[in-house]
Amino acid sequence: MSERNVDILVVGAGPAGLAAAIAARESGIGSVLVVERENEPGGILRQCIHNGFGLHRFKEELTGPEYAQRDIDRAAELDIPIECSTMVLSVSPDCTAVCLSSARGLQVIRAKAVVLAMGCRERPRGALCTPGTRCAGIYSAGTAQRFVNLEGYMPGKRVVILGSGDIGLIMARRMTLQGAKVLACVEIMPYSSGLNRNIVQCLQDYGIPLYLSHTVTDIRGRERLEGVTVSRVDEKRNPVPGTEIDLDCDTLLLSCGLIPENELTAGAGIELSPATSGAVVDDSFCTGVPGIFSCGNVLHVHDLVDYVSEESFKAGAAAAEYVLHGSCGGPYIKVLDGDGVRGTVPQKIRKEAAGPVSLMFRPAGVYRGSAAVVECGGREICRKKAMIFTPGEMALITLKPEDLASLPEDVVTVRIERS
Amino acid sequence: MHTESDILIIGSGVTGCSLARELSRFEASVTVLDRESDVAEGATKANSGIVHAGYDAAPGTRKAYYNVRGAAMFPALCEELGVPWRRNGSLVIALNEGDRSTLLALKERGEKNGVKRLEILERDAVLSLEPSLNPDVVCALSVPDGAIVSPYEFAFALADDAALNGVSFRFGEEVLRISVLPDGRYDVQTRGASYACRVLVNCAGASGAEIHNMLSGDKLHMVHRRGQYYLLDRSDRQPFSRTVFQCPSAMGKGVLVTPTVHGNLLIGPNAEDISDPMDTATTSAGLAEVLRKAVLTWPGLSVRTNITNFSGVRAHLTVDDFVVGPCEGCPGYFEAIGIESPGLSSAPAIGAELAGMIASFLKLPQKTSTVPYVPAPKPFHDMTLAEREEAVRSDPAYGQIICRCETVTEAEIRAAIRRPVGARSVDAVKRRTRAGMGRCQGGFCLPRVAEIIADETGMPFEEITKNGGNSFLLSGTVSSFLKEVPEHE
Repeated sequence: MSERNVDILVVGAGPAGLAAAIAARESGIGSVLVVERENEPGGILRQCIHNGFGLHRFKEELTGPEYAQRDIDRAAELDIPIECSTMVLSVSPDCTAVCLSSARGLQVIRAKAVVLAMGCRERPRGALCTPGTRCAGIYSAGTAQRFVNLEGYMPGKRVVILGSGDIGLIMARRMTLQGAKVLACVEIMPYSSGLNRNIVQCLQDYGIPLYLSHTVTDIRGRERLEGVTVSRVDEKRNPVPGTEIDLDCDTLLLSCGLIPENELTAGAGIELSPATSGAVVDDSFCTGVPGIFSCGNVLHVHDLVDYVSEESFKAGAAAAEYVLHGSCGGPYIKVLDGDGVRGTVPQKIRKEAAGPVSLMFRPAGVYRGSAAVVECGGREICRKKAMIFTPGEMALITLKPEDLASLPEDVVTVRIERS
Repeated sequence: MHTESDILIIGSGVTGCSLARELSRFEASVTVLDRESDVAEGATKANSGIVHAGYDAAPGTRKAYYNVRGAAMFPALCEELGVPWRRNGSLVIALNEGDRSTLLALKERGEKNGVKRLEILERDAVLSLEPSLNPDVVCALSVPDGAIVSPYEFAFALADDAALNGVSFRFGEEVLRISVLPDGRYDVQTRGASYACRVLVNCAGASGAEIHNMLSGDKLHMVHRRGQYYLLDRSDRQPFSRTVFQCPSAMGKGVLVTPTVHGNLLIGPNAEDISDPMDTATTSAGLAEVLRKAVLTWPGLSVRTNITNFSGVRAHLTVDDFVVGPCEGCPGYFEAIGIESPGLSSAPAIGAELAGMIASFLKLPQKTSTVPYVPAPKPFHDMTLAEREEAVRSDPAYGQIICRCETVTEAEIRAAIRRPVGARSVDAVKRRTRAGMGRCQGGFCLPRVAEIIADETGMPFEEITKNGGNSFLLSGTVSSFLKEVPEHE
C-alpha cells in the first residue's frame, strides 16, 4: 500500500473543502491535498444550475457551477492538487486516512491536520416511514436534480413534492420549466423549511400550491407510481382522517431534510452532536480530536453556500494555524441551546479565542419580532433583534471579544426571547 | 415460442430454486418460469430471514418434518454457496406466567421434532443474554440452533448454481393455462409462449393454489397473509444479538426483533389476511401494529434509524400444512405449495426430496459430473485492508465505490450483472450487492447503478427499470420531453 505525507488533507472538494484548502494554502501551508469521491470537484453545486449563489460573498448572482468554478480556479492558481474519484474509507485520530481509487489503489495518507468536508445527504422515504407500495418514481429531490441537470433525463411528468426544503422548491420550478406538471408541494410542518425567496420564485410564480400541515399518507402503484394520498395533520403531526386528497402522479420527490454525512467522523471517534448530527467543534472548527477539523454541511446543514464558504475559510485557516503552531484545545466556554434554539455551532469557545465568534443556530419555530440573546450566569452578554426567526433560515449572533471577557461562568446559553 | 423440457418448474422462489439446483444434478432438461423479472420476487425476498430450528410446528406435520431437515442443510449449503448465514440463536419470551405453559409446550414439541439443546431460561439469565429485552420478561425458551440467513441471496446462489448446471430460467412468464397433451405431457401457456414438459412442478408461492386448481379436482384454498416490517440501519451495537420472538398465536409466530446477517435490525411482521396476493404495500395501521407489539419485546424501541419498510405475503393453505409431492390423479404433476413459515428453513429439504421423487418417476440417471459453483467474491465491505488492496490491484473497478453507504464497488455491481442469473434492474443489483440498501436508499448511487446496467447489458439508459416490468426510472430525455408534452395545462 502506498503511503504519502501531506500537511493538510481535505476530505471533499465541494464548496466547503475547496474553501478550506484555499485558506490553508493562503495561510502558508505548502502541502495541501484535496480528495473527492466524485469524478469532478464542485460537490452538489455541479447540479445546481439555477442562479442565486454568491450574493453575499461575491455580491452577484451566480449559478452553482459558476460559484464552484471560482473556487476551483483559485485552487488551481494556488497549485492545490485535487484527486477525484477517490473515496476516503477511514480517518484515524492520528490524522491518517485510507483512500481508495482506481488510479492509485489503496493508499495511506498521513497528514498533520485533516479537514472533514463531506457534505450531507437527503433523508430518504424510509426515514419518514411513509406507507404504501415500493414502486419506481419516488426520488429524493437531489437525485431527480442530478437526473435532469447532469444526466439530461426527466424522472416523470406529473409530480408531487413532499417536503418544502430548498432542493424540493428548486426542483418544483425546474420540472415545471422542463414541461412536467407539478401538482403540489406538501409540507408536514405549519411552515416551510425552505428559504422564503424560493417559495416565492419557485412555487408562487408558477402557481404551484403549497399545502402546509399536510403529508403523504399513502403511495400507490405496483410498478411505477400511480398516485399519492395527501392528508392534513394535527398539531402532533398525526394525519386527520377525512382530510385525504388523492393526487394522480407518476413522480414523488422528497425534500424532507438533510443529514450531515458523518460516517468518517464517527469512525474517527469524534463526538457528534445529536442536535446537528455533525461534529462537536470549538470556535476554530476543531473537533474533539486535535488536528481534525470539520466545516460546511457535514458540520451542520446550511441554507446558503456563501456561509459554507465563509465558515470553511475559517476552518482551513485554523487547520493551518494548528499545523504551523500546534495550538488546539481548551480551556473552553461551553455553548448551550436555550429556549427556541437548536444546534448552536460551535458548541464550545476557546477561552483564548482572539477575534469575534459567530454562533450559528436554527430557530426551533417561527418567532416574529423577537431577539436572540446570549446569557452567562444570568447576565445578558449579547442581544440581536430580528424581524423574524424561522427554522428555514439559519440565525447568527456574533460575540465580540469584549463580550467574552470576564464571564462569570464557563457556560453561555443562546435563547430566543419572544416578544 | 415453444419450449420443450423434461421438467418445468413454476416459480423461482427459494423452493423452486432449491428444487432446480437439485434437479440440475440429474440428466434432464429443466426450465424454470417466473412471472416476475427476477428470482426470489415473492415471499422469498420479504420475510424474516430466519432459519428456524423447528420447535414451532406440530410433530408429525410436514412443516415439522421439512423444517428440521432443511435447517440442518443450511450450514454446509451456505458454506458451499458463499451465502451469509449465522447461528445467532433464538429466544421465545414469556411476558407473563401464563405464557410459561406455551413455552413448555413449544419445548416439548421441539424435542419431539428432534431439536437439540432447548432450554427454559429464567428472567435473570434471559436478561443477561439480552439486556435490551423487556425487564418484565418472566422466562424464555432458548433455541441455540436458531439461525439467520439472507433469504434472497440464498435463492440467487441456488439459481446461479442451477443455471451453471444447465437449468434455464425464463422471467416475465405468467402461467395462464395448463393443458394435458395426448402423449400425457403437460403444456403450459403464458402470454407469448408455451412450454411442454413431462414433469410439471408447482412452486408458485402465492399462486400455488391457483395453479393446483387448474389441474386437480381436489381444490385447495389459500389465504394470503401479509406481514409488514421495519428495517433499521446497520450498526455494530444493535440492541439484540439473538432473534427474539414473542409467544406464537394462531396467526403465526408474532412480531420478532432480530439482527440480520448484514448487521441491520429487522422488526416485524404483523399478520393480516388480504385478498390480493400481489398487494405488498405497507399501511399506517400495519406499521403501527408492528411497533405496538415490538415495544413489548424492546421497551427502548426506536425507529429513528429506519431505512425502509416492506411487506411480504405468506401463502397459507387452509389445510394448515405444506403440500409436498405428487398430486393424486395428475401423473407427472408435483407440487410444493402452502410454503409459508417455516418455508425458508424447509426449502433445501423440500427441494432435495422432491427432486428425488421426480428423478425416480422419470428414472433419471445422475450426471457423472457437475460444474462446480464458484461463490461470489467476498463483498468489498467485509474485506480486510490486505484483501481490498489485492482486489483493487487485480481489478481497478474495485477502486470505484458506487454505493457509499454500503461500500459497494463498481466491480461487484458488474459481477452481479454477469452472474449466471444476472441482475437486470436496479433492485436486482441492490439485492445481489447491497448497493442502495443503506441509509441513503440509493439517493446517490441510483443513477450510477443504472449507468452500469446500461453499459453491461447494452440497454438504453431510459429503459432501465427499478424492478422489471413497467417500473421505469425515467420518462425520457429532457430534450424529447419538452417536444412531447403539450403546453401547460
